[in-house]
Amino acid sequence: MSDNLAASPLLSVENLKVHFAIRAGVFQRQVGEVKAVDGVSFSIGAGETLGLVGESGCGKSTTGLALMGLVKATDGRIAMQGAEDVTAMRSVPRAHRRRMQIIFQDPFSSLNPRQRIRDIIRAPLDIHGIGTTEERRAEVAKLISLVGLRPDQADNFPHQFSGGQRQRIGIARALALKPDIIVCDEPVSALDVSVQAQILNLLADLQRELGLSYLFISHDLGVVEHVSHRVAVMYLGRIVETGPKKAIFSKPLHPYSELLLRSAPSHDPHRRHQFSAVSDDIPSATKKPSGCAFHTRCPLATDICRRIEPQLEVKADGQFVACHHR
Amino acid sequence: MILPRRFRNLSLLLGTFIVLAIVICAVFAPYLSTHGIEQMDMRNRFSGPTLSHWLGTDNFGRDLWSRLIFGARVSLTIACISVAVSAVVGTAVGLAAGYFGGWTDLILMRITDIFLGFPAIVLALAIVAVLGPGMVNVAIAIIVVAWTEYARVVRATTLMLREQNYVQAARALGAHPVRILVKEILPNAMGPIIVLASLGFGTAIIAESALSFLGFGLPPPTPTWGWTLAYGTRFMRDEPWLAIIAGATIMVTVLGFNLLGDGLRDALDPRHLSRSAGRKK
Repeated sequence: MSDNLAASPLLSVENLKVHFAIRAGVFQRQVGEVKAVDGVSFSIGAGETLGLVGESGCGKSTTGLALMGLVKATDGRIAMQGAEDVTAMRSVPRAHRRRMQIIFQDPFSSLNPRQRIRDIIRAPLDIHGIGTTEERRAEVAKLISLVGLRPDQADNFPHQFSGGQRQRIGIARALALKPDIIVCDEPVSALDVSVQAQILNLLADLQRELGLSYLFISHDLGVVEHVSHRVAVMYLGRIVETGPKKAIFSKPLHPYSELLLRSAPSHDPHRRHQFSAVSDDIPSATKKPSGCAFHTRCPLATDICRRIEPQLEVKADGQFVACHHR
Repeated sequence: MILPRRFRNLSLLLGTFIVLAIVICAVFAPYLSTHGIEQMDMRNRFSGPTLSHWLGTDNFGRDLWSRLIFGARVSLTIACISVAVSAVVGTAVGLAAGYFGGWTDLILMRITDIFLGFPAIVLALAIVAVLGPGMVNVAIAIIVVAWTEYARVVRATTLMLREQNYVQAARALGAHPVRILVKEILPNAMGPIIVLASLGFGTAIIAESALSFLGFGLPPPTPTWGWTLAYGTRFMRDEPWLAIIAGATIMVTVLGFNLLGDGLRDALDPRHLSRSAGRKK
């Protein structure tokens, strides 16, 4: 499956970098740099879900925001199938906006508390001047039922909804422009487990009906395993391993992926971690370790890891790993 | 009384009551006045409160009650104009500075600092001295002094609101910055603006009285509160009534607006608004 998808990816990201300057002092001189995303490449095919996992602060959310043009990419290329490169542009063109949308983690701050649901969902249509007033009204009604809300709830305000319902509203807003790709930035992390399942199923149904692609950003491995076709593991701004979901979850090759998967809580309280890191201290993104960024915590680290940064290489069928030892 | 719980606080009720009373006096001044405001009675100067002259008479024997309620018209008109314009100007500057940041922010806030750098009353005096007396000019003088407050508060609120995900979502949809400011940010910044505006009424009334007191307000025989107070102080030693009543009028009015502002601040406090302003994590 991944082979013919890779032939003409819907979205391809090459060597994406997002660096934030750290400024200090009266004259706001630049004293350092956070390399939040430091050379990330991946592609997503039509109807495919790429799970992006990693621990807090590894740059997975920043990657999503950069795709949306919400933070400025320092370098790299973001290309949609059949569209021009948007990375270098001062502002992302509207045509691009229509093809890629985003769902946020926090369902409470993602909806304007002063607007009715009807107006929140209609905003994308207003902004892009799609349809007449009557058509917009019909489209909003369609979207509301598509995400499983009742039509009579359209005139309510966000605070009258639960977290799960609010997330549905966010999804309806993202769908209004009929995008090809939706960036899901931890869409269920803020929800109760029972509600998580409902939202994940809704996303899966929408994918099947509308042929959507997702970039699914999460730190919850269980959720990622459930929704993804392919998975990319990020560590300190770089992808260290990527491949088909089955391969990554059954035999992770990068020591960090292994650590991550082994750290996921299991149902059996007697099962202990079989794999432990040398240290649990995450290096700061301002002072990244030399060579392989993971060498400070890696049980396999040798001299070469401290000196040379490993590149992603094919190690198994469709599985790319950035490690000197695997 | 059927009111949402958060509007049931003493300062809000008291402030509303005082402000309403003053506004009614000003609006219905022609019907509530007992004497013509320019009708002099030289045999009956400094009468003190009597049945005919409720608040007594001034140094020309003019009825103080009638002059004060007509003076309320002057004070409230100037306050309305200056509060409305300074709120609009200050809010626009604050929204732009807070949302766009960078150079826009730097330049707009330095301009604000320049206005703040002058002592307020000296700046207002200078403006009236240049423009000449008159209701609009007095209002302009107050606006020039007052708009900075709105700019600073709205900028701070905007800085906070622009990080909200619904603003990010609107950006992701490709919304024009003006649309984001007007539809997403401004409605959520209205609370502090309303509070500032009601407090601003008090400040504007004081400023207008101060200008009149110093002789830079509306020229006599316009019945301004500041002039009445200024004349009153001249005769303070022998006939304290005039100054006391004029001063008390200004004080009670400003107190009313301040109570209203404080009450609104409590009523619109985010902690009370938690259900509609979005829960904090």
